[in-house]
Amino acid sequence: MLSNIGIIFLILTLALSISLIYYSFINLNKDKKIVDKNIYYLSLYQTTFCILSFFVLLLGFIFSDFSLINVFENSHTNKPFFYKITGTWGSHEGSLLLWINILVIFSYLFLIYNKNKDISFRFYTIIFQNFLIIGFLIFLLINSNPFSIIIPEPKEGLGLNPILQDPALAIHPPLLYVGFVGSSIYFSAAMASLVSGFKGKPFATSIKPWILISWSFQTLGIIVGSIWAYYELGWGGFWFWDPVENASLMPWFVMTALMHSVIVLEKRNSIYSWVIILCLLTFTLSVTGTFLVRSGVLNSVHTFANDPSRGIYILMFLSIMIFSALIIFFKNYKKENYNFHSQSKETYILVNNWFMFFFLTSVLIGTLYPLFLEVLTDTKISVGPPFYNTLIIPLTVIFLLLMAIGPNTSWIKGSYKNLLFATVALVLSIILNFMIYNFFGKYSFLSNLIIISSIFLIIHSIYDCIKMFQKSIKYDPSRIISHFGFGLLVFFIGINHNYSIEKDFNLRVGEIKNFQNYSINFISLEKEDRKNYTAIVGNFSIFDKKNSLSENLKPEIRIYDNPETLTYEAAIRTKIYSDKYITMSNISRSDFYNIKFQEKPFMIWIWISAVLISVGGVIRIFKREVLT
Amino acid sequence: MKINFTRVLLLLIAIFVLSIFLFSLNKVNIYDTKNLIGQNINNFEIKSFKNEKIISEKNLKENKYTLINFWASWCAPCRAEHKYLIKLKNNTQNLKILGVNFKDKNKDAKKFIAEFGDPYHISGKDPDGRSSINFGIYGIPESILVDQNLIIVRKFIGPLNFEDYNEILNLTK
Repeated sequence: MLSNIGIIFLILTLALSISLIYYSFINLNKDKKIVDKNIYYLSLYQTTFCILSFFVLLLGFIFSDFSLINVFENSHTNKPFFYKITGTWGSHEGSLLLWINILVIFSYLFLIYNKNKDISFRFYTIIFQNFLIIGFLIFLLINSNPFSIIIPEPKEGLGLNPILQDPALAIHPPLLYVGFVGSSIYFSAAMASLVSGFKGKPFATSIKPWILISWSFQTLGIIVGSIWAYYELGWGGFWFWDPVENASLMPWFVMTALMHSVIVLEKRNSIYSWVIILCLLTFTLSVTGTFLVRSGVLNSVHTFANDPSRGIYILMFLSIMIFSALIIFFKNYKKENYNFHSQSKETYILVNNWFMFFFLTSVLIGTLYPLFLEVLTDTKISVGPPFYNTLIIPLTVIFLLLMAIGPNTSWIKGSYKNLLFATVALVLSIILNFMIYNFFGKYSFLSNLIIISSIFLIIHSIYDCIKMFQKSIKYDPSRIISHFGFGLLVFFIGINHNYSIEKDFNLRVGEIKNFQNYSINFISLEKEDRKNYTAIVGNFSIFDKKNSLSENLKPEIRIYDNPETLTYEAAIRTKIYSDKYITMSNISRSDFYNIKFQEKPFMIWIWISAVLISVGGVIRIFKREVLT
Repeated sequence: MKINFTRVLLLLIAIFVLSIFLFSLNKVNIYDTKNLIGQNINNFEIKSFKNEKIISEKNLKENKYTLINFWASWCAPCRAEHKYLIKLKNNTQNLKILGVNFKDKNKDAKKFIAEFGDPYHISGKDPDGRSSINFGIYGIPESILVDQNLIIVRKFIGPLNFEDYNEILNLTK
């Protein structure tokens, strides 16, 4: 029953896509002055049907209709209500339906929010966007239909992997998808702009809000993903340079570059071609990321992967996208001459773009190189954090300094006016850095530079903020908040990296381990039978001698009967100034347990500063006209 | 000429990357319990379906071959494979079948057996799915063929079909 309704809604969406393309072409040839009302209606109906199909699947999950294979495979009657709902987009099929929903919704919103824009540009955008919608709809219907049925209907479902039953992970995909898929609309708009010749400032203003929306959500999605990794995976880290993390980071770099470049196009009517390239590249990279994640080509913590036929389809789609984008771009490319003064805002923004491209290339090579090598030479290698750290960290120092100076330079030709202030800020940063260095402990030369440059950016942002409140100069709060957030992020990561205490030792029940300011007491060990595993729960008391503070932490070993599937659950105590993190593992044929204790300063501040970055983007969405 | 060169280069790069992607598709290495083949499954305990006894490796060492089949009344593909299990029971001498009823209600399971027939020489149950983890089960139906030394000869993920049936006949000859 639900299956039929869902499929009917999807087919209606598909039919409306085709008719939207058809009507748009007809209207284009008629040379009309306003967009026909019918187009609005068609697009509105399309959005409605598409959302309804998603609701049908949602109902299937809520009422546990196991006649749908997708519900059967990913749900269970005993599953908490919240995870029944999130199960809707937990699987490959459901998340693809969510993906299509976002494509359709963005298409409609773009149509209604650009009423005063060039008409052929709007028609072409509809056409390109609907080609994307059709592509994904066909993929959904043929290869990954969430409404496929199973006969006879099973009485119970298979349930959802417990590691995925986590609130952070439940909202992670929708956030990322608004980012990933949101970039489709400026992909279509860029293609439309090339074909229709609608460019310059009006083009920039029409795509800017969408860039901001997708960028803000992408940022949040990445943060939520790393919060999940930190709490659930239990390795004490939050970023692993995992190929799938990289897949979400690569479009983010391009989006960030685009978000800055589009301002140049808006204010100075320049670098149009570059903006177009970035628009096209963002969505291309999003689809590439999807290909890498869904086809199972890359090994990672994400378990979507199990079907190469999906890979073939996405790859075909990706090829069509790339080649049509290249052809349309080359056909309409006109050489632009721009002569920017070396001391101007536009130069700094271009410098930002160069940095973003450097970061992008590093991550791209790190992610794809192992794949290429395996295909070409049949050797397996793994590219780990040292590669990324060596390439990215040194450049971040210069990037941070420019990030502070750039925004305070004016358009066209400006000299950086606050040389005095910059010198003071730099001296102050160096002093602060050496205070930290002396009082709290030494760290490497590179870390010194990172801390100095991040403090430099923080001071600059605070100074800008004060000036903004004094209203001496018209400032842009969203930029200040985002840059401030980025400065804080790098600062806290630096501090966290350098002052994390990590101690690895073996203990027996009843023993006490003393080191530095800590005294760790292994009080007891309990065995608890839980639903599908046995948990061995360690009870540890951690005494902080400096602050005379005692805390209890209870890490677990979970035994899924099979000796080879032990999982180690960390116990984490989060506080304002630091996190305490403890895991234990058994040592075979002895009563000793291996204990890993970590104290990670300012963990929560890493999340807060990362959220600040995206808050800046959100503010700008609502404050359209930015004064600079 | 210069621009054309750039264009050609870009196209070639695109083609190169895409074809690498294409070739990489054939190298997919998915998590698969097939690598359990050749391993020994000692030390397991499964509750008996009929009484309070425990089924362990001792019960299987008496058999030349044992097919351990994981099933449930709510599992639709299990119904599809059921006829092959019945056929196996009737047509083989060296094979005994151990059925493990997975995450199921006793009443439903009994009804299922009454309706479709009982192919199992030994019946066990695993109401909470815990013991099945021993065997690397991550979805049912799944069947594992072990020999007398309890070494895994073959794993069948998903419902058994006619080809699997023939293969089992050949293996256990």
